[in-house]
Order: sequence, then C-alpha cells, then structure tokens
Amino acid sequence: MNDLDTSQDNNETSGGYRKSSLRILFSLLFIWFFVSFGCGVLFRDWLDQYTIGTAPLGFWMAQQGSIICFVLILIAYAVLMGKLDEKYGYSEKSKQKETK
Amino acid sequence: MDQDTWNFIFIGITFAIYIFIAVRSRASSTKEYYTAGGGVSPLANGMATAADWMSAATFISMAGLIAAKGYDGAQYLMGWTGGFVLLTILMVPYLRKFGKATVPDFVGDRYYSKTARGVAVICAIFICMTYIMGQMNGVGVVFSQLFGISITKGVLIGATIVFFYAGLGGMKGITYTQVAQYCVMALAYTIPAIFIAIVLTNNFIPQLGLIGHYTSGGEAVPFLEKINNINESIGFSEYTASKLTKLNMFCITAALMCGTAGLPHVIVRFFTVKDVKAVRKSACWTLGFIAVIYLTAPAIGAFSRVNLIDKLNDTSYKDAPTWFKDFEKTGQMAWVDKNNDGVIQYFGPGKSKEKTSSPFIGKKPTYPPSDSPESLLIGANGERLLASKTDPTNPNELWFGADIMVIANPQMAGLPKWVIALLMAGCIAAALSTAAGLLLVLSTAISHDLMKNIIKPDLSDKDEVRYARIASFVALSIAAWFGINPPSAFIAKTVAFAFGLAASSFFPTLLMGIFSKRVNKEGGIAGMVAGITFTSAYIIYYQFLNDSGTPLLFGISPEGIGVIGMLINFIMAFTVSAFTPAPPEDVQRMVRRIHNPSGAGEASDH
Repeated sequence: MNDLDTSQDNNETSGGYRKSSLRILFSLLFIWFFVSFGCGVLFRDWLDQYTIGTAPLGFWMAQQGSIICFVLILIAYAVLMGKLDEKYGYSEKSKQKETK
Repeated sequence: MDQDTWNFIFIGITFAIYIFIAVRSRASSTKEYYTAGGGVSPLANGMATAADWMSAATFISMAGLIAAKGYDGAQYLMGWTGGFVLLTILMVPYLRKFGKATVPDFVGDRYYSKTARGVAVICAIFICMTYIMGQMNGVGVVFSQLFGISITKGVLIGATIVFFYAGLGGMKGITYTQVAQYCVMALAYTIPAIFIAIVLTNNFIPQLGLIGHYTSGGEAVPFLEKINNINESIGFSEYTASKLTKLNMFCITAALMCGTAGLPHVIVRFFTVKDVKAVRKSACWTLGFIAVIYLTAPAIGAFSRVNLIDKLNDTSYKDAPTWFKDFEKTGQMAWVDKNNDGVIQYFGPGKSKEKTSSPFIGKKPTYPPSDSPESLLIGANGERLLASKTDPTNPNELWFGADIMVIANPQMAGLPKWVIALLMAGCIAAALSTAAGLLLVLSTAISHDLMKNIIKPDLSDKDEVRYARIASFVALSIAAWFGINPPSAFIAKTVAFAFGLAASSFFPTLLMGIFSKRVNKEGGIAGMVAGITFTSAYIIYYQFLNDSGTPLLFGISPEGIGVIGMLINFIMAFTVSAFTPAPPEDVQRMVRRIHNPSGAGEASDH
C-alpha cells in the first residue's frame, strides 16, 4: 500500500472539498429520488393528468423519463466533481503544475 | 440464401472478431488479468461495462416482461438503471481510489477482519454463481435453436468459448471483446425496433412512436390508448395501470436499485480505468450505452404486444402467419383449440371466473414424445398438440414465453433474414459477455480473496493467475452442469435472491465503510450477518417453503424484501458500533484518504 500523498490527505479532510463534494452528492441523490420514486411511483397518478406526446406523464416518467434523467445526473456529477477537483487542486492538470 | 446460412455467416463473423481480439490482448500479469493493467479508455470501458451489464435474460426477456406487466415493468427499468446512479456517485470513485482489485479486498481492509472478508467472498461467489447459471442456460438455448443441436451440446460449445477468452485473456481480453459485443447487441436490439416502429406508428424513432399515434389501422389513435383498449377488450387490466400497491412497487424498485449498486462484477469494471476522473467519465458512457437499450425495451415490448395480438387473436389457424408455426415447433408458442373452432383466441384473466388465463395446466407446455402416433402429435388443423392437460377454467387458447417479444419481433414485422441473424448474434453476445465478466469475478474471488489473502498468503503472482484459471474452469464446469440441468423454477427465484442478498449485504456495508469513520469491525460484521440472515430467511420462506399460505409482511413481495434487510443491516451496524471501540487510527486514515480523488494511480497493487 502506498502512503505517498499524506500531506494532501490531511488538509483535504478538514477543508471545504469534502463538504462541497457531499453537497453535490446529496443534491444529485435528491434529484435521483425525485425523478424515479417521486415522479415514477409516488406522484405518478397525479402526474398522469398531464401528457407528453400522447402518453400520460407519470407512466412516461417511470418507463422513459427517469432513465433519461439518470444519464443527465451522471453527466452533471462528472462535470461538477471535475470542477471541484480543479478548484482544490486535485485534478491531474493542477498536479502537473505543482511538479513543475 | 436461407435463414441458417445467414445465421452461420453472422455468428461466424462475430466469433472470429471476439477470438481475434482475445488473442491479441492476452493477459500476462495479475494486474492485466484482474484490471486490464488499469489503462482502459473511459469510452471503451463504458461500452464493455454496458455489455457486461446486459445479460442474456435482460436482452431476450426484459421487453417481454414489460409487455406482460405494462406499467409495473418500470420496476426493472428504473431499478437497474437507477441502481447504476447509486453505484457511480456513492461507491465506485471511492473504491477506485482505495485501489485494490476486488470488493472483498475493501471489505476485509476496511473492517480489518478476515471474517468480514470471508463473508464478502461467500456473498460474491453466490451472487456470481446464480447469475452465470442463467447465462449458460441462455447460451445453450440459443445455440440449440440455431443449429438444431441438443441443449447439452449448445451449453458445452458456449462454455468452451467463454473459457477460451475469459480464462486466458483475463480482464484485458474480456474488456476489448465486450466492446465488440456491445456494438453487436445495440444494433441487434435497435434495428428491429426501428422497423416495427415504422410499421405501427409511422415514426422511425421507437421512443417517439411510444408517445405517438398508432397509424397502422387506418385512423390514428394514441398508441398507449390503443394498447389499453386491446388489453381491456380481451380481459387484461389496462397497460398503463399498476397491479401492485405503491409500497410494494416502491420496495421492489428500491431493492433492485440497491442490489444493482452492490453487484461485485459491475464494481470491478471501474478498476480498469486510469484515475477517479476517468471513472466518472466512464460511468457516464456506460449509463448512456445502457440507456440506448433500456429506452428501446419498453417500446419493443408495447409494439410487439400490439402486433402479436393483432396478428394472432381471432385468426383461424390455417391463416396464421408462418412464424407462428415455426415457434410452435420450437416450443416457444403454443395453441390449444379449446372450443374446436379452428380459430386462435387470446384472453386475459379478466375473462374467466377463476381469474386464470393459462391455456393448459403448468407453467410451460410439455409435448408428447416424437415417436408417438401422429394423432397425438398433430391436431385437426395441423397444429402441434401438447401433452399438458388443458385448463378448462378459462377460454384462453394461446401461450407464448416472455422471450418471444424480442425473438419473434423481426418475423412479426416481416423483416429480412439478415436482421434475424443479427438478433441471434446479439443474443449470444449478451450471454457471452455477461458470463465472461462474472466468471472473472468468480475466479478472482477464489484465487485472490480466498487463496492468497485467507489460505495461502505467500502465493506468487504467477501462481495466483494459475489458480484463477483453474478456478474459472471449475466454476464454468459447475455453471455448465446447471445450464444443462437447470433447476428451472429455481433459477428465476434465485435471481431475486441474488439481488436481495446484494442489497442487504454489499450495498450497506460498502456504503458505511466509505462514508463512516465510526462503523467498526464488530458493527460491520453484525450488520452484514443480520441483513443477510433476515433477507435469506424471508426469501427462502416465501419462495421455497410457503406456497401461498401466510400473508406477506407489510404486503412486500420477496423481490422487494432486500430493502428491509438493508435497513436492518444499517441499524444493526450503527448500534453495535456505538457500543464497541472505534476502528484503529490507520483504518480511519484510510477512510479519509479514499475521499481524496487524486493519486489513484494504480489499481490492484498488493
């Protein structure tokens, strides 16, 4: 096991990185829950009064919409976390700068 | 050219490609064997993971299940894709940073205990074994249909091919063959869907057809209204209506999601890419590729159902399309002329007093032996006769398996023969890719986690790969045996078991291991044992021992009970941890370290 990057580890745990990353995580999990269990199961009957194309919205969310949202959530996750890494200097790019 | 020639050409070409790739990228070290050396590009890894994900059962039967269940089919769609979201944002980046080759590795180190590692190894082996049996059986069925050989021979051919590139090539070989397999699967799944969408809805994008109009019958009606009307007129409940309580639907979906997020063979896939950033990117690609197929499945299901009922219901057997007779021969469809009028009638449970809808007694049709006198084999209209006893309690005369919605789709839509051949190649790709991925995890669990880390710590690198190959051979032989002699009802039930087990063991244990510094050895083990015990007891009791006596707990079916098992695991782990000492300092430091995304250079270093 390598313990090379201990210095970085220590300032990371107390810093804002962890907080910000958890915030991203929880907001995305909330959306995840809302589009699948919320729209697709719990509020489905209420949503069915609206339509998308000719399909009832609740039904569509359960069989199609939620999956589309899932893909968007993962893209958002990759982008937001990438930005956060850069801000706190954990990305590969900023590391190269350090070594120079 | 006839159908067989096309099949041979397509399957021959795809096999040649797979084997060529496997030989080119043969693994030479443990690192390459387990994680492909950790240098696979996110895009390639995304495709490979998607292929690994789509099992033969998903590929062949998911659309049919959705067609039969209607709205409730969304539990599979949301469960499997939603679980992937959990996997990506809660597990994989952290486990990748942790940097070891297998999931039991993490459990063993995080809970600093061989017992914890042992429990994890057993769970991993059980989950993978359950899956792989179904795959081998699927390969056998497809091969036997294609080449008219027995299922035994089909399974053996499939097993040999899987062993050849999974056992020899390791993760590196598998990853690159799976990229090719994904392409075959995606084409095979979407091309027939596009054709049938054009025929029924005049829209070449199936997903738009589903929310568009049904145009094939003259006047345009909203498609879902059309299928609702069909369902109701023949005694099924509305297609868009739910047959489950909200709580049950919620629990089944949640169990599938958490189970998915705990599947060891999917988690390891992300150890093959370079760093944490690549893991996130790769996960986007994977879900994107999975979504292509999962968004098409509900469309295929609904279209084929309309098409099938339109073409067969109230049609006299003599005028029935030839594909119906072909599938009758292979035993995937059956017709029992209950009222002797020579016309096929299809009815749902709503048309009988007893709420039954099977044309015969038993789940699948059985046939008289082929050397029986002709009067037992062929009926008055030329139909294939069954040996199964007719069920007189309902008027329904037609039976078809769930896989027919995908397999028969091209024939129903009158597509050219090469599309059917492509579909066959796709089925085989789906089965082989998943079987290979599972086999690898299984062999790693045995050679790395069991042999090296528990039984014989001084095992050399080379010996470890040798053990892995031996283990994959043994595992494959067992799986092939079960593929040839399937405990038929048993497999379907054990799949629910595998997901329940993953949801109540791996998912909560990994989650606490990653996000809590306080959960300790005692808590982790107590939680796992409590979750698994509760879940397996519930499933075994309701699936195997109790046929329909006692009512279900809170009305939750066994498929959904993993969620409750998961909660028990959480509660147990936190309670026990609170009364026992905190984990040692180095374990706490490890937890802090995995939250730092940088420096995840090498996977699989010991």
